[in-house]
Amino acid sequence: MRRALWILAVLLSYWRRHPMQLATLLIGLISATALWSGVQALNQQARIAYDRAAATFGGSRTAMLVSRDSATFPQQLFVDLRRAGWPVSPTLEGRVQIDGRNLRLLGVEPVTLPSEVGNAPAVGRGNLLSFVTPPGEMLVAPETLRDLGLKEGERPQANGTTLPPLRVQAELAPGALIVDIGIAQDILRMPGQVSRLLVGKSKAPHATLESVAGDKLRLVEPSAESDLERLTDSFHLNLTAFGLLSFFVGLFIVNSAIGLAFEQRLPMLRTLRACGVSARLLNTVLVIELVSLALVAGLIGLVCGYFIAAALLPDVAASLRGLYGAQIPGQLSLKPVWWFAGIAISILGALAAAAASLAKAIRMPVLATAHPQAWQQAQRRWLMFQSAAALAVFAVAAALIQFGDSLIAGFAVLAALMLGAALILPMVLQIALALGQRSARAPVGIWFWADSRQQLSGLSLALMALLLALAVNVGVSTMVESFSRTFLVWLDGRLAADVYVSAASDAQAKEIKAWLRDRPEVEAILPGGRADTQFGGAPIEVLGLPDHVTYRDNWPLLESTSNAWVRLRPGDTCLVSEQLSRRMKLTIGDHIEVPAPGGNWPLEIVGIYADYGNPKGQIAVNFAALTRRFPQTPQTRLGLRVAPDKIAPLITALQEKFGLDDRNVADQATMKRESRRVFNRTFSVTAALNAFTLGVAGIALLTSLLTLANSQLPQLAPLWAIGLTRRRLAALELLKTMAVALITALFALPLGLLVAWCLLAIVNVKAFGWRLPFHVFPLQLIELLAVALAAAFCAAALPVARLARMQPASLIRIFVNER
Amino acid sequence: MLRVTGLTKSYRSAGEDVAVLRGVDLAVATGESVALSGESGSGKSTLLHLIAGLDAADSGEIRLADITVSALNDAGRAELRRDRLGLVFQQFNLIPSLTVADNLVFQSRIAGRHDAAWHDELVERLGLKQLLKRYPEQLSGGQQQRVAIGRALAPKPLLLLADEPTGNLDEDTADEVLHLARDLVARTGCGFLMVTHSARLAATLDRQLTLHAGVIA
Repeated sequence: MRRALWILAVLLSYWRRHPMQLATLLIGLISATALWSGVQALNQQARIAYDRAAATFGGSRTAMLVSRDSATFPQQLFVDLRRAGWPVSPTLEGRVQIDGRNLRLLGVEPVTLPSEVGNAPAVGRGNLLSFVTPPGEMLVAPETLRDLGLKEGERPQANGTTLPPLRVQAELAPGALIVDIGIAQDILRMPGQVSRLLVGKSKAPHATLESVAGDKLRLVEPSAESDLERLTDSFHLNLTAFGLLSFFVGLFIVNSAIGLAFEQRLPMLRTLRACGVSARLLNTVLVIELVSLALVAGLIGLVCGYFIAAALLPDVAASLRGLYGAQIPGQLSLKPVWWFAGIAISILGALAAAAASLAKAIRMPVLATAHPQAWQQAQRRWLMFQSAAALAVFAVAAALIQFGDSLIAGFAVLAALMLGAALILPMVLQIALALGQRSARAPVGIWFWADSRQQLSGLSLALMALLLALAVNVGVSTMVESFSRTFLVWLDGRLAADVYVSAASDAQAKEIKAWLRDRPEVEAILPGGRADTQFGGAPIEVLGLPDHVTYRDNWPLLESTSNAWVRLRPGDTCLVSEQLSRRMKLTIGDHIEVPAPGGNWPLEIVGIYADYGNPKGQIAVNFAALTRRFPQTPQTRLGLRVAPDKIAPLITALQEKFGLDDRNVADQATMKRESRRVFNRTFSVTAALNAFTLGVAGIALLTSLLTLANSQLPQLAPLWAIGLTRRRLAALELLKTMAVALITALFALPLGLLVAWCLLAIVNVKAFGWRLPFHVFPLQLIELLAVALAAAFCAAALPVARLARMQPASLIRIFVNER
Repeated sequence: MLRVTGLTKSYRSAGEDVAVLRGVDLAVATGESVALSGESGSGKSTLLHLIAGLDAADSGEIRLADITVSALNDAGRAELRRDRLGLVFQQFNLIPSLTVADNLVFQSRIAGRHDAAWHDELVERLGLKQLLKRYPEQLSGGQQQRVAIGRALAPKPLLLLADEPTGNLDEDTADEVLHLARDLVARTGCGFLMVTHSARLAATLDRQLTLHAGVIA
């Protein structure tokens, strides 16, 4: 043990004498762990929230009975099933508006509630009586109470009814209101109706479902994954992909630092072996040293990861709310497993990055000549092998594009493209620099290109990191910009009315409509409505569109029959959203049947429209037809066509007359502004991770240049001795770095565009169900090129400044040491 | 103490086997100092490396005291170097990140044979007292070689093996370093086998051997 400690002390003494290399190694590990752990913290936080939502009184974690063809069914079925021995409990779900906020109202029956409904709050035990007897209680999560600006015990108004007093229940999912089912039936005006029956796990014998309920109900088995988890999978996969990319870029730094340190320590390792340290003990201590460093870096990285996650959480929560309606608490609460996983990933990453060096140490013959350039020479031998491997990886990418048909295959294409490009980069640089060397005539010029080539092996890993970071930046920026441009055009189409009104109830909507008809400035009143149903085993929305020129001129149809709007009028045709058409492989002319309260509704598809940002499938039908087929559809939403100069006075008049606030009545510009704000916020996380990745790549370049700076001195000292000034040498060094960075950046541009194409044509289609047009933005590319060169300049500035200020004695020492 | 019998070793070079040692027989007694000379490529360093267990022979036997070196595996040979041998190289091979003081005690510490009094005597005799806190790069060649000799002798080895220990030093420094090495070897009573090109330095040791065409002439 003491022997091992002595050897460990000797190995660690190297870092004391080379603090910059130690800093490089630690920075690499810290960056890798921090970015990975930060992203994992965000994912974990979201999953905790999904679990809370899923476990709230019969989310998808509980088996349940639902109606085969409508949203609700009679309560009598519950009574019949209980009598037949079924351990069922009824719930009724609907939505209510409190102060303009749309909330999920859930009515439960606490006495029969199965005990295994996850972490559902314990109603029906201590407070059963006050919960079920008038006025009852309304349970809310603390976050919801805060959002509503109300206090416990208060009784807000909704749907024209005074709700029961509010009571906080910490375990509840945000955005949900829980009341006794009888109270819910009153509030939602659905007497004797239930949405579903939760099925407990009692093993008691009971009659078959069909013998009690006929074909009215069907059993939905519990799912390990909630609807929200399914919907948000692609979002989290995107985040994870970014986290992984940053992690690998960090590991590039670690690999570079460990490789260089290993080469520089070779003479020391051989001396240790000559002094009688066995190969096994030496390798064991090398691993212990690495694990110790990874442990320290991992802990620091975790703390940094926590802060990164905390900084990004508000934007991630906003994205998930905007895209999927998922409610994520704004404060991080992490499980112990996150800390352990972070440390483990740091150690595994360090071991993976050091694998090649450790393997060399194990195979190291004690007598081989030790010279620090061996590593670089070996790297050159790998060049051909790397290029061959790159071609093989490109072939895999091509095969995946051809035959792959899943989101994972989409990400695999991206990974293969990036890996292949990174592997082939050193060859591309070699060829470019060799061409430069061939064209050079002056001696210093020839040396410039030749020395750049020689430096490549030491810089190639950092340049690979820069390539990947730049390509991802180009790819993601192009995708976001393409999306943004398409989204704005789409918004113009979807938000064609000039004013949008949301009434508190159908009755109020009728009053508003009557009042509006007498207003001469109102050119048209466009009622809207939306019903929920199931199609193809998944929930979909049925949107009612009035037959009006506003929609005919503006609705964002991607393809349609020539007379689609005319054919929509009778109510036997529909338009389907792009994501639903892709998911269910529906095309124009197909016939579908949509479950409606009165039985299945047969519809022919006459058009496909863009519906960006909606995780659910959607179909659009004639509004009058919708209200006939779904009579309970709330008719509280109105769009108005108004002369532009009359919009503001009309809104003021509406607010004064009907007590509506800004959330209930808004003009088109406000709606678009809000939509753009949500859109921009959705991609702010991506932008932040983009910047982090580019920053880590910049650090990789800086650390590689710093570690290479010392080994460069023997190349520079002879030039200094024959008359090149230190200032000129420094300028040449800067130019060399800028040259390789420029070649790398130029290579990254087409790669980035390819990444963008993959994101738009493969990943987005699989993840979200929509395909966006591909645009190239030259100004954006020039901007990124400038950022890359600025990053290279910043990375090169420190070593170059040190060289320019280097004392002649340091350069003379090169010759003294080489005697 | 050291007995080498019928030792052979060949290397593969440019697709051909080149026999470097063709049956070397050699013996060094306890307390004896032996100089091994020969032209470049005669196999002097190879012989030294085989005795040190840094490389393995094709055939023949190497016995050091009661140990058959040629029969040891890698771990056994490492233990032999650590506990029984002292090695000095032309390139000094000090550990650059350790101070002189740490370099000096390194081998004796890992061998568990550190003797504080002997260590102090070594420091005194080698004239390293003022240099203990310096790093190898801050020393001259002669000073570095004195540290290397101190490190090799600190665990009181049975045999000191030196491969051209003065090859990087000027004549005066070489004389001084060798003088110190001989004195300390005599003080410990260990054997001393030195490879050298210099007939003048070889003549200062007890016995002189020449390696020619792979055998001791």
